[in-house]
Amino acid sequence: MGLHIIPYDTKINFVSKKNIIFAILIAVAVVCLGSIFTKGFTYGIDFKGGLLLEIRTSGPADIGKLRSELSDLVQGEVTLQEFGAPNDVLIRVEQQPGGDAGQLVALNKIKEKLGTGVEYRKVESVGPKVSEDLIRNGIYAVIGALVAMLIYIWFRFEWQFGVCSLITLAHDALIVLGLFSIFGLEFNENAIIAVLITVTYSINDTVVIYDRIRENLRKFKKMPLANLINLSINETLSRTILTSTTTLLSLLGLYFFGGPVIAAFSLPIIVGILAGTVSSITVSAPLLLHMHLRDDNGLEKLSKG
Amino acid sequence: MLYIPLWKKILTIGICLLGLLFASPNFFTREQLENFPSWYPKSQITLGLDLQGGAHLLLEVDFDAVQKEQMASLADMVRTTLRKDRIGYTGLAAKKDFVTLTLRNPDDLEKVKSLIHNTDKEVEITSAAEGQLTLRFDEASLRARRKSVLAQSIEIVRRRVDEMGTAEPFIQQQGDDRILVQLPGVQDPARIKTMLGKTAKLQFRFVDMSIDAEPGKSVPGVDILPEERDGKTVYLAVKKQIILSGENLVDAQPGFDDYHRPAINFKFDSLGAKKFGEATKNNVGQAFAIVLDDKIIMAPRIDVPIMDGRGQITGGFTVQQAQDLALLMRAGALPAPLNVIEERTVGPGLGADSIASGEYATIIAILMVAAFMFIAYSFFGAIANIAVVFNLILLFAALSVTHATLTLPGIAGIALTVGMAVDANVLINERIKEELRNGRKMLSAIDAGYNRAMTTIIDSNLTTLIGVALLYYFGAGPTRGFAVTTSLGIIISMFTAISLTKLILAWWIGWRRPTHLPI
Repeated sequence: MGLHIIPYDTKINFVSKKNIIFAILIAVAVVCLGSIFTKGFTYGIDFKGGLLLEIRTSGPADIGKLRSELSDLVQGEVTLQEFGAPNDVLIRVEQQPGGDAGQLVALNKIKEKLGTGVEYRKVESVGPKVSEDLIRNGIYAVIGALVAMLIYIWFRFEWQFGVCSLITLAHDALIVLGLFSIFGLEFNENAIIAVLITVTYSINDTVVIYDRIRENLRKFKKMPLANLINLSINETLSRTILTSTTTLLSLLGLYFFGGPVIAAFSLPIIVGILAGTVSSITVSAPLLLHMHLRDDNGLEKLSKG
Repeated sequence: MLYIPLWKKILTIGICLLGLLFASPNFFTREQLENFPSWYPKSQITLGLDLQGGAHLLLEVDFDAVQKEQMASLADMVRTTLRKDRIGYTGLAAKKDFVTLTLRNPDDLEKVKSLIHNTDKEVEITSAAEGQLTLRFDEASLRARRKSVLAQSIEIVRRRVDEMGTAEPFIQQQGDDRILVQLPGVQDPARIKTMLGKTAKLQFRFVDMSIDAEPGKSVPGVDILPEERDGKTVYLAVKKQIILSGENLVDAQPGFDDYHRPAINFKFDSLGAKKFGEATKNNVGQAFAIVLDDKIIMAPRIDVPIMDGRGQITGGFTVQQAQDLALLMRAGALPAPLNVIEERTVGPGLGADSIASGEYATIIAILMVAAFMFIAYSFFGAIANIAVVFNLILLFAALSVTHATLTLPGIAGIALTVGMAVDANVLINERIKEELRNGRKMLSAIDAGYNRAMTTIIDSNLTTLIGVALLYYFGAGPTRGFAVTTSLGIIISMFTAISLTKLILAWWIGWRRPTHLPI
């Protein structure tokens, strides 16, 4: 016998609590937006241009000494940080003047200064043009994904479902972006992946609930819409929670055992999937109530099947 | 008993066995694979640069330089054409993307137009009042020119990288002005950068001894070019007319001259040999200059005509310089300078660490998911876990066969796929439970569970695939690696989570003939 994590006769009235839930989620979204607009992002070199070196020294590294030595060599800010071990140092250097060529000159100077006694585990130099392209492509990818999903939902369900899922997704994306802004996490190419995974994952949950609403609309033609939406959410609740748990379990595995790079990559996805699960249950379906589904032709069509 | 047609059973088992076969080479070393029979698949998963270590360079073709050169030669062409026909003009100047001049006599306009069009049909001429002309190339020819410059640059980059003996380089066009060069195993791309940073335009031109060469002086028909001689820079006036260029070379090899100094021995093709022979025959006693990227390497005097098309360059360089120069001469000149706009190198230590921690984290993730599935669904969870194992095997097989690249985010994608792959089984199992509660008999509940969950599985997986496809389309390197493993994982999971689990279930029911489901 398996374990019933969510009892099958669970009947949580999500719809009646929707105003409180909406208020909380809007407040969270406002905080995220506020931080994005006032504090902004801590851009990584993918988006800002600049240099990044990960070095391993023979003994524990003297970060203070290294910092003052390197600061004299190049223009702009140099940040150093211990990375996983006392002899692993991550060096970030701001975008250097003089375009792509200036960038390489600075890199050579740093390498000369560090000498041959260190192991270069990673060296990256991103010029201004590349970072512009990466930003543009990142924005295109997120917007493109949202629009493509909207069209798919519209095609498979009705436009009201598409609009509601889009609002939900925008909310989830905003929370992940807010996380990056509020906690000053490095915003790089992986951040865009995190946003996209959050969005694709959240739409997955939403679609499962919408599928059930569509099915129930055909089955219970007389049931009031609020009850029907509630029923559908509760019927799929067990699946939503179980799948989120398995995905979160694998992400937690990555976060705790995957090393610093994978950990930085999985943290925003963990938050995004949590947000996506919550919003799929509490936002995407109850929001349908506001779309005047009943007297709409589209819904009639759906309920006739 | 659950009914599954025979062909479906065979297909399902067949796919799983093929998956095992094609995933298996990853568990052997290259040497071991060599000894396997020839029918045995041998392709292994390709690791991205972030996992195996290596250098990644993104080069941009400097089209501004191409344009500048193009305008300069257009201005030259106009100058010679108009002079020949004694047409007066003033203010001939090459601008960023056009050439201007003013005719002394505006009535010459039609004549000038036809003269220039006879030389180059692709030049567009517009005229303003008082004989002021603007010349530019038409759009189509500019586009065609850009395209050929880029294609040629890629070819030359490929030749140079190949000549340097790098193992399995990956060279590809990116966008309409960039070239991606990936060099697995290369730790310090400094030498490659220097080698790609030179256009290496080689020219053989005559020296005009009658002109007193001073740097910065402008004399029509000649260029004042520098030459390094015993640590000092001297200048010579070199005629603009090119006798021969690097294109006529068939070979260049490093060697030594009679005094054991490093030298380069080169050979022209038959046309080049003939031209060079004639030019040297008619100019005995004169000096010619071997010019590389607007610098004179050497300027020897012609004592006897050189008829066999062979020559030797000694320019006081080191053995390494002679080797590099010979390589550049063999590979040919770049049509435009290249700028390195992005450089990423990963050391082998970091790559190995990333693989190790990625593997470790993925195994833990899989074990946690498997344990959870077993707790949640006991027997049905165990079936789902078997499906996950085959999902991974088939994913490995697909990655090996398609030569897709596995990157660090790709490893994360595998772990994430495992978490999401069980989703289909969760949907099916929840549905079966529901149908049982609704009073259906065991077998019809299973059937209904699979059938009804199907639409949901397809809808939810397709939306996910849409998102991942966009990630692939807009992403670069590592991001794409993530998109590849995730999308393959999702597609495979639709097979393993549905067909395979149903088959296992059917067997189990036929074998144990249970009266109720342990779900």
